[in-house]
Amino acid sequence: MTSTSTRSVDSSLHTADTLATGFGSHWSTRLEALLACGRRAGADLVEVFLERTDHLGVLAEQDRVTSVSPAFGLGAGIRVFLGHRDGFVSTNDLSDQGLQSALEQALGMLGLQVGGPSSAAVGRGFDGLPGLRDHGSSKASWLASCPGLAEASAKLLDGTARLERHGRHLQVRRGSYSRDWQEVLVAASDGTFARDIRLHQSLGLSVLAADGDHRSSLGRRYGTTDSPDDLRRWDADASALEICDSAATMLYADYVEAGQMPAVLANRFGGVIFHEACGHLLETTQVERGTTPFADKVGEAIAHEAVTAIDEGLSDAAFGSLSMDDEGMEPQRTVLIEQGVLKRFLSDRAGEQRTGHPRTGSGRRQSHGFAAASRMRNTYIAPGHHTPEQLIASVDRGLYCKSMGGGSVGPTGQFNFAVDEAFLIENGQLTRPVKGATLIGEAKEVMPRISMCANDLELAAGFCGSVSGSIFVTVGQPHIKVDSITVGGR
Amino acid sequence: MSISQLDAEALRQSLEQLAGRHAIHQWDLGASCSDDTSVQVDRGEAKQMKAAQRSAITVRAWNGDGLVGITSTSDLSAEGLERALVGASEASAFGNPDDTPAFSPLATAALQPLDQPLHEPVNILQLLDTLKDAERQLLGRHAAIETVPYNGLAQRRSQRLYLNSAGASRQQAMTTASLYLYARAEERGRKPRSAGAVRLAYGAGDLDIAGCIDEAAERTISHLDYAPITTGRYTCVFSPEAFLDLIGAFSSLFNARAVLDGVSLSSRESLGQQLAAPCLNLHDNGLHPGNIGAASFDGEGTPTRRLTLLEGGVLRQFLHSEATARAFGVAPTGHAGMGAKVSVGPDYFEVGPAGTAAGSGGAVGLDQTLHQGPLVLIDSLSALHAGVKASQGSFSLPFDGWLMHNGQRVSIEAATVAGDIRTVLSQLIGFEGEAKVTPDGVCPQVWVEGLSITGEA
Repeated sequence: MTSTSTRSVDSSLHTADTLATGFGSHWSTRLEALLACGRRAGADLVEVFLERTDHLGVLAEQDRVTSVSPAFGLGAGIRVFLGHRDGFVSTNDLSDQGLQSALEQALGMLGLQVGGPSSAAVGRGFDGLPGLRDHGSSKASWLASCPGLAEASAKLLDGTARLERHGRHLQVRRGSYSRDWQEVLVAASDGTFARDIRLHQSLGLSVLAADGDHRSSLGRRYGTTDSPDDLRRWDADASALEICDSAATMLYADYVEAGQMPAVLANRFGGVIFHEACGHLLETTQVERGTTPFADKVGEAIAHEAVTAIDEGLSDAAFGSLSMDDEGMEPQRTVLIEQGVLKRFLSDRAGEQRTGHPRTGSGRRQSHGFAAASRMRNTYIAPGHHTPEQLIASVDRGLYCKSMGGGSVGPTGQFNFAVDEAFLIENGQLTRPVKGATLIGEAKEVMPRISMCANDLELAAGFCGSVSGSIFVTVGQPHIKVDSITVGGR
Repeated sequence: MSISQLDAEALRQSLEQLAGRHAIHQWDLGASCSDDTSVQVDRGEAKQMKAAQRSAITVRAWNGDGLVGITSTSDLSAEGLERALVGASEASAFGNPDDTPAFSPLATAALQPLDQPLHEPVNILQLLDTLKDAERQLLGRHAAIETVPYNGLAQRRSQRLYLNSAGASRQQAMTTASLYLYARAEERGRKPRSAGAVRLAYGAGDLDIAGCIDEAAERTISHLDYAPITTGRYTCVFSPEAFLDLIGAFSSLFNARAVLDGVSLSSRESLGQQLAAPCLNLHDNGLHPGNIGAASFDGEGTPTRRLTLLEGGVLRQFLHSEATARAFGVAPTGHAGMGAKVSVGPDYFEVGPAGTAAGSGGAVGLDQTLHQGPLVLIDSLSALHAGVKASQGSFSLPFDGWLMHNGQRVSIEAATVAGDIRTVLSQLIGFEGEAKVTPDGVCPQVWVEGLSITGEA
């Protein structure tokens, strides 16, 4: 126990100014003092991540708004590197004292201290911060431009009313809206000094249909980034119609028969297969842990030659797009696999230090409470030359996965994901709807089995949870055919 | 590590002043703060050392029409508190007139004392040394164990409180520590295998580190010699952890909020009906001594208590918040969160046989080593977030486990188990071994007939 502090309404957290004015170049003096202090103590590199957030969540059920949950906050994450080690401290206290205390705690984790023996190595190459690279200057009006509570509520109620209009046997109709506004500033002793404003909005519609013992529950989520008018442009009727059609189809579906079979995975959220089966294994965090089978495979074929896979943070309005990552680096378009050959890994600052893979602008974190890690952004399989119909026609007996649920990958590369909406393929034709399927397999084995890619690439918004928290991502693909995969069912 | 404290009296005074200024006559507040430190290691080196000071406040305000609004913030300054209270008041205009929470009638009732010793935090470098040593020991257990890719040793000092404008004032402080070790093993020409173990305690010095290493090693090594399993229907034996995971994923069966929302498989009329095999008792008991970090009150200030959910397989009670309890005409049970729409959730399950061993009809004392025919032992379930359709009752989940046949146990290469929770509960045939205390509840091994297993060819 080293000190005692009291958190109360009387504490002088100096937050009012920050909440009112946000971050900017006026923070440079305070940040330079922190960074210099860390360097003088012997750190190789010091990074400060500041964050301010404003969240609104609205839930509508049936024809009522049943929950409105605004939230706002601010905080800092301070990371100190020494060799291949690092120490990370997060705090809600942005006062000078609070930040200094966090820095000293991070230094202490590495055996360093302010005024300690390492201070003899003064100077240590920190020349102050350059001018601010401000990606947020053109985004100042975004938060105010977003729909307010009344507008968001009305739009959601319109959505649930359209579900009622289009659906049958609907026991529950829900609509949800989430708006996440975030201002970040990153300063590091290597001269990084950058600010950004991010805006993510997502909308979900879901239904539970029930008729006697038959039940189906289905939902869709739509998400965009950096687009304040997104909710206003949402086509509630088209969304409601799509969901109601799917719910009606699946209501009386039989459970899928288990076994090994070929599968055709639809575009958009079908991309979760690549995300789980391969994408995570191409993050340098997995190389560091020794949990990817691809660590030494750069330049080698790891997938069928039909597969080219890309991760980027650049697509317009896509959920995983960024002006800069959470380490202040502008994102790149990273070709991960080209015609089956592994080209690159996704890397962050620590990943570059520890594995040698160059940074790709992929250092991401949920909030100031997490150290950044190499994470995916918009990740997809590139389109091929076939039509979706050709893929289906090539299968005698298999599974067509129209809509995917979530999935995960374990430390041995074993992946799984749920299929929300599926149809049997018999003699090259879609026949009966089936439910209850889970696809499992191993990345090394399934990637060479993706033998056909269609020409209809589409992206879908999603959330990805991993070492640095839950982040906004996009998955995507055209229709693809997997020659053989294990389908868990009954 | 610094020690942070919420000053309840200062918070109350400030809220009363702010509420008066903004003509808010009814409010309540939930607040928490914590100091955490944690370490991770990688083959003898520090991988990451982390510390976090967190604080959070949630304020609810009722307007003149009796509607409630809510706002949350991590900003505990006077300005932050005022913004939260005003935000809650503004949000109350969008409150749901059909379902408005009120103060819990039990928010000032006596709390059950909990034996939760407070421990001084350990220096983070000591944590690091401890974890390095644990990793070294685990790596030394078998040549095939090459890494422990997921590991962590963490400690937390936390405080939470609940206040309302009718005078309720609850506070709780605690310290907790956790250790997890997940090893990865690989033999030449074979697939990598992984398994692990977790331990919780009230302080880092009390963690059963040796037990965690033993369990992680034993489980990992037991999966090295694996074989595929033939797809089909099997009698399954769930480990305590796996069965508790499954029950937890379908806890909407017992959740009054889910019943009222129409997303539970249960209804009001389900109370008193046979939901599971007569040999099954199920309680929720957040006060169980094995529930490390138990909360003495819920998000509405209602005391935590033991609740009978299934008795002899018959559904007896639901988990409640204040609002759902009012709708059902019963008392709140201490399972509420805090919100404009209050969530309800379980604390800590106790699973076991109904009645005495003598009267259990052979449902206790089952022994897999004496069983004729194949048994699938389900050690741990994966991907519950994706493979469970709670409102439909169905699940299809990957698992780690073994096939037991003729007294021999062989690890299963890769497989899924699929079924319907109602079938699982009704085809539950009994229990094996003593109940095990786990982080999620207390449970023996549970036998269930006729579940569908899909093996990976």
